[in-house]
Amino acid sequence: MKFLTTNFLKCPVKTCDTSNDNFPLQYNGEKCQLIQDESIEFNPEFLLNILDRIDWAAIIIVARDLGNKSLPPTKPSFSPELSDDDLIVLRDLHTLLLQTSIVDGEMKCKNCGHIYFIKNSIPNLLLPPHLA
Amino acid sequence: MSASQIGKKQYLVYLAQVHINFRRAELESLADICGLNDLDFSNYKEDSPFFIVELDNDTQAKEWIKRSILSRAIYEYWGEGKDLTELHQSIKFGTNIEHYKDLYKNDSFKFEFESYRGSNKKVNRISQIETFSYLAFKGKINMKSPDQVYTLIEVFEPVSDNEPSTTPSHMYFGRRVQISDRSSADVFDLKKRPYKGTTSFEAELSLISANIAQVKPGSIMYDPFAGTGSFLCAGGHYGALVIGSDIDGRMIRGKGAQHDISSNFKYYGDTDKFLDVMTMDFTHNSLRNSLGIDTILCDPPYGIRESIKVLGAKDPERFVGKENVEIDGQKAYLLRDYIPTKKPISLDLLLDSLLQFASERLPINGRLAFWMPTANDENIETLVPLHKNLELKYNCVQSFNKWSRRLLVYINRGKDYNGPTNSGLQRSTADFRERYFKNFN
Ligand SMILES: C[S@@+](CC[C@H](N)C(=O)[O-])C[C@H]1O[C@@H](n2cnc3c(N)ncnc32)[C@H](O)[C@@H]1O
Repeated sequence: MKFLTTNFLKCPVKTCDTSNDNFPLQYNGEKCQLIQDESIEFNPEFLLNILDRIDWAAIIIVARDLGNKSLPPTKPSFSPELSDDDLIVLRDLHTLLLQTSIVDGEMKCKNCGHIYFIKNSIPNLLLPPHLA
Repeated sequence: MSASQIGKKQYLVYLAQVHINFRRAELESLADICGLNDLDFSNYKEDSPFFIVELDNDTQAKEWIKRSILSRAIYEYWGEGKDLTELHQSIKFGTNIEHYKDLYKNDSFKFEFESYRGSNKKVNRISQIETFSYLAFKGKINMKSPDQVYTLIEVFEPVSDNEPSTTPSHMYFGRRVQISDRSSADVFDLKKRPYKGTTSFEAELSLISANIAQVKPGSIMYDPFAGTGSFLCAGGHYGALVIGSDIDGRMIRGKGAQHDISSNFKYYGDTDKFLDVMTMDFTHNSLRNSLGIDTILCDPPYGIRESIKVLGAKDPERFVGKENVEIDGQKAYLLRDYIPTKKPISLDLLLDSLLQFASERLPINGRLAFWMPTANDENIETLVPLHKNLELKYNCVQSFNKWSRRLLVYINRGKDYNGPTNSGLQRSTADFRERYFKNFN
């Protein structure tokens, strides 16, 4: 499961929708095993489009859960004509968002406390009957 | 005379004579993506692969046709006739011919030949090309990378079903402007795909579906019933970031590292387009509410090859208090290998929730496209689900012997649209009544 996906996933329990704590999920840094897949192509224009969809505050929180405290407090912005510096930042974002993934681990809803597992890079968001 | 002075020009679209029920929907949807909203379809005929249409310029023609699967190519139209003599007359009297001759005079070029429903094996192409000498091209002939390609399309009228004709009955001539994406149907052919399964959807119609659904580069596409990811591949090919989910983890996990959905994206060179697939019940969705999803494209379960299930207990009494069961001091439902129970649900209800989800998550004008199978004797009107915010834009049928399936395409028009509705319950009743009365015959 790519780092970027953490920015899209909330707790699927319906009653958690009324709380503000169902997103992002809380990642257990000790149990999450990360890998980098460098074969994923870097496509700056594409990444720029995707950045529009990102909730940056949630990126910072999850990065922190996973042990990275070095992200800037606000979402990076870019000039229309990408400068060399812009490209460096975009490449870093590419590494973080698309090349980094959680192969195995756990994530928890901060509202209901339910735990979801990630196995073989696939998150499992199925619910037991009392939460469904 | 400059290009701006000649105004609109005629173009010839050479179409594939297959999947006719999808063809115009594809042409219109692609035209709409590139802002061509006043295309004149009056020359369009279902039974012909040739469609002459006016456009402002080559850029429009290229943008429109470059990702089409049901077109072969688009040409700047120079003329047509029942034989070469008539064709030459038509070219010579064409309104823009002097302008065209002048414009491409010094460009390198080559001639190519296409044929529809037959072939002209005996003809000498060299002497045929020489009959075009009045065009007075001064550029070099370049077979590998010419500036311009001139195409002669010969049309044959088979003598009978198994006797092809060898003399063309009609011909078109033009300057090639853009080849379509039709060759991708072969590139994406399931036979060559590293990971596929019994539910995989054929390549050609997957790509066509993505075109009619208007999957756009840099956008987000979601397939809630991803299975082996056929529509994800198609969406990735057209440049969207694709996300999939499926209630059955086995489908999306694949069969080992070289045989899973992400290896398909490696194989096609689209790794950056694939986000993830997750194990999830569509009706207990995990995609955060604020995430914009531009397109939803899928093939919902229909209870033939796979059952239609959602999370929850079929028989709730049996599960009372089960949340307190512990194994080795741990709540059982929090264990890594816990498998939640599922219950059956009707297709009608599942589709209602798909339409509702689409109305909540798609941007205005965003499209939902999905496939629905139907028995040939069913009354379709009673089966196609409707939602008050969604306009049913296309209902394209693919027929087989005993059954058919259709691609239903909806456009999100927002809460002020107030279109007709029919929830699953209403549809089932109508269907029931239909059958009930039929039984009296
Ligand atoms: C017709 S198949 C789709 C196949 C897919 N287009 C492919 O390329 O393989 C329908 C899929 O829906 C899944 N499904 C059934 N109920 C579901 C639910 N409630 N939520 C999510 N997926 C579900 C099934 O497991 C199955 O893989």
